Amino acid sequence: MSRDPLALVRAHPGPGFEFSFDGEPVPALPGQSIAAALWASGRLSWRRTRRAGRPRGAFCGMGVCFDCLVVADGRPNVRACLARAVPGGTVATQEGTGHDGTN
Amino acid sequence: MTGPTEPAAADGGPVDLAVIGAGPAGLAAVNAAADLGLSCALLDAAALPGGQFYRQPATALRASRPQALHHGWRAFAGLGARLTVHRAAGTVRLFAGHHVWSVSGGAGAWELHVVDGADGRQGTDGQQGSTVRARAVLCATGAHERQLPFPGWTLPGVVGAGGAQAMLKAGLVLPGRRVVVAGSGPLLMAVAASLADAGAAVPLVAEASGYAGYARRPRTLAANPGKLVEGAAHAARLLRHGVTVRTRSAVVAAHGEDRVEAVTVARVDHDWRPLPGTERRVACDALAVGHGLLPQLELALELGCGVRALPDGSQALSVDAEQRTTVDGLWAAGETTGIGGVGLALIEGELAAFSIAAALGRPAPAGSRGRLRALARRRGRLRAFADLMAERHRPGPGWVDWLSSGTEVCRCEEVTAGAVREAVDDLGAGDLRTVKLLTRAGMGWCQGRMCGPAVARLAGGGDPAGTRPLSCPVPMGVLAADDGAP
Repeated sequence: MSRDPLALVRAHPGPGFEFSFDGEPVPALPGQSIAAALWASGRLSWRRTRRAGRPRGAFCGMGVCFDCLVVADGRPNVRACLARAVPGGTVATQEGTGHDGTN
Repeated sequence: MTGPTEPAAADGGPVDLAVIGAGPAGLAAVNAAADLGLSCALLDAAALPGGQFYRQPATALRASRPQALHHGWRAFAGLGARLTVHRAAGTVRLFAGHHVWSVSGGAGAWELHVVDGADGRQGTDGQQGSTVRARAVLCATGAHERQLPFPGWTLPGVVGAGGAQAMLKAGLVLPGRRVVVAGSGPLLMAVAASLADAGAAVPLVAEASGYAGYARRPRTLAANPGKLVEGAAHAARLLRHGVTVRTRSAVVAAHGEDRVEAVTVARVDHDWRPLPGTERRVACDALAVGHGLLPQLELALELGCGVRALPDGSQALSVDAEQRTTVDGLWAAGETTGIGGVGLALIEGELAAFSIAAALGRPAPAGSRGRLRALARRRGRLRAFADLMAERHRPGPGWVDWLSSGTEVCRCEEVTAGAVREAVDDLGAGDLRTVKLLTRAGMGWCQGRMCGPAVARLAGGGDPAGTRPLSCPVPMGVLAADDGAP
């Protein structure tokens, strides 16, 4: 019995690539969202809330809840569950509003 | 059914029918309408058609057996093949990755205001706005998950059951290796079965309601053998994976520092009140949770569509026997008319298409009358099942006992249950809007989509219908450039 999602649907994606997350390389497959790649690497959180600074990650998985916001290539408030991971991209944990020095 | 969209068609001449939402209802409708000779536009925020139910793996993942994660894939494949033919013939134009943020005009001359961007960068610079004109509009905007808070539900690793399913179907990933599934509603069984098929250990499915209540409506069950087969198929998969399903049980707390490490499961009474002394801890590295689905109605409500109350406390669009809403020139199908599942959505979409075609001067050929009657009969049976489902999985009022005063209710604005209760008990807030003004609950990014059902219940109501002037974030430049906006 297949025991991972890729085997289950017999996926044969093209070559994987890496993007950087908070300075660390994260592997991704073509077509995966930033959130999917982060989940696959065992990471569940990539935002700190504006008031209490608590960790958050993907919750609704379909672009509705906005909990999964990241800073992608310098742009804050990007929904990681919708945005594609891109080779060589730079993704960072979003602190608060993602705009330095403000909340 | 991949391939590029045809954005050049935006800002062009009017089409006969614009279908908002490319899930089961929208796909069934657009194919049937095109078969009847209507020119159509099909708009969806996602990059690929299918909606949430038939969410496809990203094309580049090249899944050769996507049906392994889907129930009823063959129906979807058929719809996709027909769509491909209609697109090639130019009768259907697909606007994938296009979000309709507002609709204006009226019957015969609708204007759909659209922003592009399926990539999660909505509301940021560089997005393009455009307008699609249509003589008739079908609202097939689907549903999102109802969430009810409990201590620890904001911890990373606690994810929506539908969210876990969506991430699995689209990105072929799991939130963890040991995933508890909890909440209420038939979706939980499907999610648990998918997670287990994909390799996760699922130590427990906790369903807060019971399934025994279904047996008290033998006639509704007997009239819907397909639903029983579907339920039995999920149950068989769960059995094969050794997954335990406990009814009248709920996750009443999630534990961990920076990610979930365990949950507390308790037996609950008929009102979902935890029974003292029944709590036990279950170790896990993820929790997939959801308490049913809510119709997504923003666009229809902005146009003034009438709604009806459902047995589970939610609201859905009122439609007549031809799927017409109370607004002239606007039809609705699928989950927007009440959560009923994929089978009902497909039927409603097709029935709506026949009605729309007739209204635009293309009556159904005589040979299709038998099919229309059969569809209407099946719709009646499935609707009865949907009502039974809503009644059986109605959130019990005792869920509020899961809350502690420090439990965050509004995830965006970090508003606690204590603050909401203070607004209700001490400051006299008696509805969602007043609580929002006093506490900021529901004022954040998600516009109350996550906390609305909980806050409204704490204020003494049911699920809010979801009135919002814009259905998604829109850049100021697009708003400013749009003269036709409301």
